[in-house]
Amino acid sequence: MKENSIVNRYDVVVIGGGPAGLAAAIEAKKHGAKSVCVIERDKELGGILQQCIHNGFGLHIFKEDLTGPEYAERFIIELMESGITCKLDTMVLDISEDLDLQILNTYDGFMHIKAEAIVLAMGCRERTREAVNIPGTRPAGVFTAGTAQRFLNMEGYLVGKKIMMLGTGDIGLIMARRLTLEGAEVRAVLARRGYPGGLMRNVAQCLHDYDIPLMLRHTIVKIIGKERIEGVLVARTDEERKPIPGSEELYECDTLLLSLGLIPENELSKGAGVKLDPATGGPVVNESMETSVKGIFACGNVVHVHDLVDYVTDESRRAGKSAAYFVRKKLKENGLLIKTEPGKGIKYIVPHLIRVDNLNKSLQLFMRVREVYPNSRLIVKADNEVIKKSRKMHMTPGEMDNIRIDPKILQQRKPAILSVQVKREEE
Amino acid sequence: MYDIAVIGAGIIGTSVARELSRYSLRIALIEKDNDVANGTTKANSGIIHAGYDAKPGSNKAKYNALGNPMFDELCEELAVPFKRIGSLVIALESYDMEKVEELYNRGLANGIPEMRILGRSEVRKMEPNLNDEVVGALHAPTAGIIDPWELAIALAENATENGVELLLNHRVTAIEKLTDGFDIRTSASGIEARYVINCAGVYADEINNMAAAPYFQITPRRGQYFVLDKNTGSLVNSVVFQCPGKMGKGVLLTSSVHGNLLIGPDSEVLDDKDNVETAAHRLLLIKEAAARTATGIPFNTMIKTFAGLRASPSTRDFIIEESKETAGFINVAGIESPGLTAAPAIAEEVVRLLKATAGKLKKSDDFNPLRRKVIRFMELKDHERVELVRKNPVYGRVICRCENVTEGEIVDVINRKAGATTVNGIKRRVRPGMGRCQGGFCAPKVMEILARELGRDMQEIVNEGKESYILSGTTKGEQDYEGK
Ligand SMILES: Cc1cc2nc3c(=O)[nH]c(=O)nc-3n(C[C@H](O)[C@H](O)[C@H](O)COP(=O)(O)OP(=O)(O)OC[C@H]3O[C@@H](n4cnc5c(N)ncnc54)[C@H](O)[C@@H]3O)c2cc1C
Ligand SMILES: Cc1cc2nc3c(=O)[nH]c(=O)nc-3n(C[C@H](O)[C@H](O)[C@H](O)COP(=O)(O)OP(=O)(O)OC[C@H]3O[C@@H](n4cnc5c(N)ncnc54)[C@H](O)[C@@H]3O)c2cc1C
Repeated sequence: MKENSIVNRYDVVVIGGGPAGLAAAIEAKKHGAKSVCVIERDKELGGILQQCIHNGFGLHIFKEDLTGPEYAERFIIELMESGITCKLDTMVLDISEDLDLQILNTYDGFMHIKAEAIVLAMGCRERTREAVNIPGTRPAGVFTAGTAQRFLNMEGYLVGKKIMMLGTGDIGLIMARRLTLEGAEVRAVLARRGYPGGLMRNVAQCLHDYDIPLMLRHTIVKIIGKERIEGVLVARTDEERKPIPGSEELYECDTLLLSLGLIPENELSKGAGVKLDPATGGPVVNESMETSVKGIFACGNVVHVHDLVDYVTDESRRAGKSAAYFVRKKLKENGLLIKTEPGKGIKYIVPHLIRVDNLNKSLQLFMRVREVYPNSRLIVKADNEVIKKSRKMHMTPGEMDNIRIDPKILQQRKPAILSVQVKREEE
Repeated sequence: MYDIAVIGAGIIGTSVARELSRYSLRIALIEKDNDVANGTTKANSGIIHAGYDAKPGSNKAKYNALGNPMFDELCEELAVPFKRIGSLVIALESYDMEKVEELYNRGLANGIPEMRILGRSEVRKMEPNLNDEVVGALHAPTAGIIDPWELAIALAENATENGVELLLNHRVTAIEKLTDGFDIRTSASGIEARYVINCAGVYADEINNMAAAPYFQITPRRGQYFVLDKNTGSLVNSVVFQCPGKMGKGVLLTSSVHGNLLIGPDSEVLDDKDNVETAAHRLLLIKEAAARTATGIPFNTMIKTFAGLRASPSTRDFIIEESKETAGFINVAGIESPGLTAAPAIAEEVVRLLKATAGKLKKSDDFNPLRRKVIRFMELKDHERVELVRKNPVYGRVICRCENVTEGEIVDVINRKAGATTVNGIKRRVRPGMGRCQGGFCAPKVMEILARELGRDMQEIVNEGKESYILSGTTKGEQDYEGK
């Protein structure tokens, strides 16, 4: 059945050439994978970073304040020098459980690739679900913030002059500022909840500094306009985030931007039978970033949406190294297995499973809280025993939290479950 | 001077134009919008009805029964997907069974084949996901599903391949009877034609009134729908209607030919002939009604809501006739449901009417009924994919990542006759942007391809109608910040 297509083999195939894929590929090569191939569907490497021309990247890893493309450049250079194959403008159409990939581009055509290990690094896409539910008309002038960002930053086009924004994801916040600088009027930014979804830093620097009104507890209940959008009907929302009848007010606009957050891009993962966590939308992974399918690893936004690229890089280095170890049969598969469990106030924890024998330095758990918690503690329990408490001044679902655990404690106590919960200071 | 002017390029106008293109005639297909199938034809249930609904003896009953069996050959010729999946009208209460029987008897009177009344267990076996309350059903295996705009686009393409001139962006504004033929004024240019065929959908009354005294009225009757993500269509195996009741024909559940679950419609009389807004309270009613058919509808995978307008005639039946007052002017009006199903039979009737008034028509020697299939990369086998990209590398670039549509497919539908010129035109032909992200990612790329292939500037590319611009200018770029 495959006799007509060229079959190629690699030790490690990395899907996606964003910061996650780049770091994973470099690290896999460093740790002994003989042949590594990165497959990227765009014409260039760098992923979402290429359209983030603002600063704020690399504060942890390089102790420098870089723009997205500058951050990506450092990895791209290293990748180019390390003898890794790169297939750009190439789409992975399908992966199977036995690590066979179907790929497509204009220069190799359609072909199958066989990998010893795969690293999923496909990133995420923007949510549109909430917007799809808005009744009314379906005119031109409704964009996701990321699409608008692409038009402005990469192609040099404006998308409108009088702008309403639904949602407070980071891309949206950054675009509100960008559009204002381009001379557009951003009339208001609406959040259904009582707090913004993006980073506080972005709310301050992108909205407050430019006097853009942030309307918390508001949503759009109707889109108006036949050909191009002409306005939206805005309503206040109640405690359950439902619109309050009678509170509707008309806002005229020629553009609606949607910034409803991001969701991991896992169509390919599903095809390979990778188990997903409904709380993250990404694969269930262990300490080595391996998914439920043997030999398939995952890292970056495909696992859970990150706010800081530095964490993506850390996590992806681990995934790349583990993939190389897997190929070299150095990854320990047995031994003590611990499950992590989100406790009260925690939405999810990554990783989901921990094979203690593969830990060397400290174990870092990443998580998001369910609501805003001022002045609280994160409490870590090994089974029922508290093993760590960490004080947090301010936690919000818009910002990822993390906590480090000493592997020795786990080796000594051998718990079945490691859980994290939030406790308010006054409790 | 054209021999014939067909006004309106919906499913009726395109069917008529294609049928007439079998003859040696000079034909203009006149459409006010910038694409075919932009009216009611793009927003309906897409069902090829079996034919048991309409009152025996009516035009609706006649052309439904005649139209349905024509779809296999028609869709084969035009390479349009069509699936005869059958339909069920389910009874949710025991008294509904009377209605089921009534429909069965109507079907018999209309000459509908193979119908059967099923008991509860047989229905459950055919449709395990329906609610337990189902008492029984009318089964009509000849019902089918189709993508209505795909068919209209294919008909328009085949008609133009056979010589019909498609005049887009021509809104008819006045019609004057000449001694021999008609002078048709439009928003673009004047057109003269010997015969006029009025297929203007909800506006058919206004077109009639330009050429003859008013004798019927068209009222828009709106129906709204939910569309869910692909692969949800497998919830049901056939088209499942509820018994007709207060909500009209009854809310239905069906898979689309592409595997999306379609839920709707309701029925609401309006006075605005362009109002295809969806409304929250109406959608809620549909949701509640649909829950009576099946509780497990995954509404959380919804990707779109839409609305269409039925062209309801004051006469309550299809009007397919030459104007009694104005010879040579043929009305095809009030074509509400089952208009899609009836379209091929109506087109044949129009030819008969034309022959009756114009005399014998000469068959064209080089009519070609076949349309070149639109290649869909993802539907090909491995070796076909390899072959295709080797021959034509643009099939090697994926543009829409939700539906895996390649650049080759998009270029193909731009460069065909009656080809796409808008973002939505591309979407309707090859489906980029029809998936989960609804075009968020691929729209800029689709615009680039359109601009390149049509030789236009990116900023001229519109979403759908002429005024639906997407870009509003260029960024300041390197310019001095104070400059603007
Ligand atoms: C708007 C925005 C602002 C941010 N601001 C900051 C900031 O100021 N500071 C900071 O530190 N972090 C910031 N971040 C976070 C951080 O940059 C991202 O989380 C990080 O880039 C994610 O990397 P990734 O490699 O997982 O995903 P991506 O960068 O999205 O890369 C995924 C790649 O995979 C490719 N791909 C996907 N599917 C396929 C397939 N089937 N075949 C081939 N290729 C495929 C995609 O084309 C893409 O290039 C920001 C993020 C966003 C979105
Ligand atoms: C909710 C709903 C569900 C339906 N479900 C089904 C079904 O399942 N099965 C079925 O068989 N039928 C169904 N129908 C009916 C079917 O959709 C219609 O019968 C069919 O689409 C009518 O096609 P048309 O060509 O007459 O109208 P249209 O598609 O509206 O075409 C008319 C065209 O005329 C053009 N036009 C109007 N005025 C002018 C002018 N002045 N100058 C130039 N051009 C003009 C318009 O732009 C338009 O393109 C349904 C209808 C609705 C509304």
